[in-house]
Amino acid sequence: MGKSIYDKIFESHIVGMVDDETYQLYVDRHLIHEVTSPQAFQNIAASGRSVRKPESILAVADHNVPTDPNRLSSGISDPVSQRQVDALVENTRTWGIPYFPLDDPRQGIVHIVGPEQGMTHPGMLVVCGDSHTSTHGAFGALAFGIGTSEVEHVLATQTLLQKRAKNYHVSINGVLPIGVYGKDVVLSLIARIGTAGGTGHVIEYSGSAIEKMSMESRMTICNMTIEAGARAGLMQPDETTFEYLKGRPLSPGVEYWQAALEHWENFLPDSDAEYSKMADIDVNGLEPFVTWGTSPEDGISVLGKVPDPSHIEDPIRTRAIERSLEYMGLEAGQPVRGLPIDQVFVGSCTNGRIEDLRLAASVVRGRQVNSRTRAWVVPGSGLVKRQAEEEGLAKVFVDAGFEWREPGCSMCLGMNPDRLQTEERCVSTSNRNFEGRQGRGGRTHLASPATAAASAIAGYIEDPRELITGQAD
Amino acid sequence: MEKFDKLTGVAAPLDMINVDTDKIIPKQHLKSVERGNLAEALFDELRYLDDGTENPDFILNKDSHRSSEILIAGENFGCGSSREHAPWAIRDFGIRCVIAPSFADIFFSNSFKNGMLLITLPREVLEPLMEKASRGANATFTVNLERQVIVDPDGEETAFEVDGFRRKCLLNGTDEIGLSLENIEDINTYETRRSSSLPWLE
Ligand code: SF4
Repeated sequence: MGKSIYDKIFESHIVGMVDDETYQLYVDRHLIHEVTSPQAFQNIAASGRSVRKPESILAVADHNVPTDPNRLSSGISDPVSQRQVDALVENTRTWGIPYFPLDDPRQGIVHIVGPEQGMTHPGMLVVCGDSHTSTHGAFGALAFGIGTSEVEHVLATQTLLQKRAKNYHVSINGVLPIGVYGKDVVLSLIARIGTAGGTGHVIEYSGSAIEKMSMESRMTICNMTIEAGARAGLMQPDETTFEYLKGRPLSPGVEYWQAALEHWENFLPDSDAEYSKMADIDVNGLEPFVTWGTSPEDGISVLGKVPDPSHIEDPIRTRAIERSLEYMGLEAGQPVRGLPIDQVFVGSCTNGRIEDLRLAASVVRGRQVNSRTRAWVVPGSGLVKRQAEEEGLAKVFVDAGFEWREPGCSMCLGMNPDRLQTEERCVSTSNRNFEGRQGRGGRTHLASPATAAASAIAGYIEDPRELITGQAD
Repeated sequence: MEKFDKLTGVAAPLDMINVDTDKIIPKQHLKSVERGNLAEALFDELRYLDDGTENPDFILNKDSHRSSEILIAGENFGCGSSREHAPWAIRDFGIRCVIAPSFADIFFSNSFKNGMLLITLPREVLEPLMEKASRGANATFTVNLERQVIVDPDGEETAFEVDGFRRKCLLNGTDEIGLSLENIEDINTYETRRSSSLPWLE
């Protein structure tokens, strides 16, 4: 029987077994941030154990750091957030773990910083105490989020205890229409298979649409694979992957490049690999997607209407929809396009990369943000920010009335001061629209950077094709 | 890890699907650097009204269910973030067993590592239990991990399956890191082989 990419990576990382079905797997690289690591370090110290391989780790503070332009001088106003960042600084210093402080241009969101540094290679096993670790699967690495107990486990042993997941194959074919991007593809996938569709599985993507995609778009899709409930997302490494990796600080150097390429060949899926679930997506007729409700599976076309719970048979689903409509301040059957918007957020580990900023800038260039809307761009890392400034994108945003901020998770989860007020409506390029995610009572509509940018200009949820080609509908 | 073999207590019904980790414990409570003390914050936005007072309609605020030790919930419980604060908060509140038709993967694994038992039951099997849990103070259940059965308030038994390794760890209160470190020789061997075949990773 043929093997999937997942099978091959899994098998090549087996150190041993602790039970008939439970494997001890070796972890190649470990990313950490301030929110999910302090208790792990505390236990390491309390149990008299030590950090086995500090050089396999990269640490960065991202979740609760401020993103306002004066943050280096004003500091972190919330003392509790400051304590978490201090703990990270202290723990990384104690154990000799590489850490990018706030004033380092390499600081940013952990899932943007890691790939930028060339941390993730094909065939690796990568973990982080954060569910969006799935992002790194775009490199053909098995990458998944773990909890704090497991962070401690990896710190102490460089291994993890794991059972095998099942294989799920998703084939994405066709040519993306103008105004439609990786974000729309993944929102449409989640709308189709649901937030529990991938539970217990690792999703392996292939198909002509993926082959043509940049690394950035691939990362967007793998990033939100966790929203489909899957343990991880995986993509076959190819020329695009290798080109991206070449010359990055943690990538194999020139002297090893050829050997690394040969090694990575070992992690291509067999043509007769078996998958326990399959799905096909044709992107040819796909429209820009936006969510209407409080679950990432609530995606519809930007020209679509919010569902009517009276047309749904399952009573539990009906109740969930009614609750979402009430929370979101929407009427059944109402079109989403045209909903007035208070805030636009372009950023996060889903869409805070340079390609995302180029896309958003191309929509806003020469236009003005609507007066009823606040619009923010929060670059995913200091390096993204710098590049966007060099390319003139920052000026495009600022001239249009956007706020140009410092890197961090920001309004993706509002752990820092960047939050929505109750009942404020936001078009966000992030990944979760749960109740209260962006601030208590805040209403989130997930969308691509193009849709977010178009909505900032219009002041309401807008079809980006209106601004790109001048013709929607 | 604290052992888990048998638990007798009141079960609270929470008949909602997709209860995400932001609902279980919102991010303003993730800023601690220690474990513990999250009981008050559990289900924050469901449990408290905007003015900070208790929402009398929420199940865990009813006198009958204030001291629940078991939670019965809908599909896809614990979806969203990998934050272990979610199982910590549930545990801090005093709940050590959650029963649902399905759970999100990371939440599932995090819970077991904190001495909690998560039981997956098909909806049609779970529904009568949810119903019985709504009875209030008489909703006392016993979860027996040794025998893998739930005994409901009417004395009826429902069998459940749990992964063999996780069951053993709970019954014995196993320290998983200690278990992994017993294989230190294998880890060393793997590492030596890796550094000679993949020298660019060193
Ligand atoms: S940007 Fe959002 S999803 Fe990504 S790591 Fe930060 S908080 Fe998590």
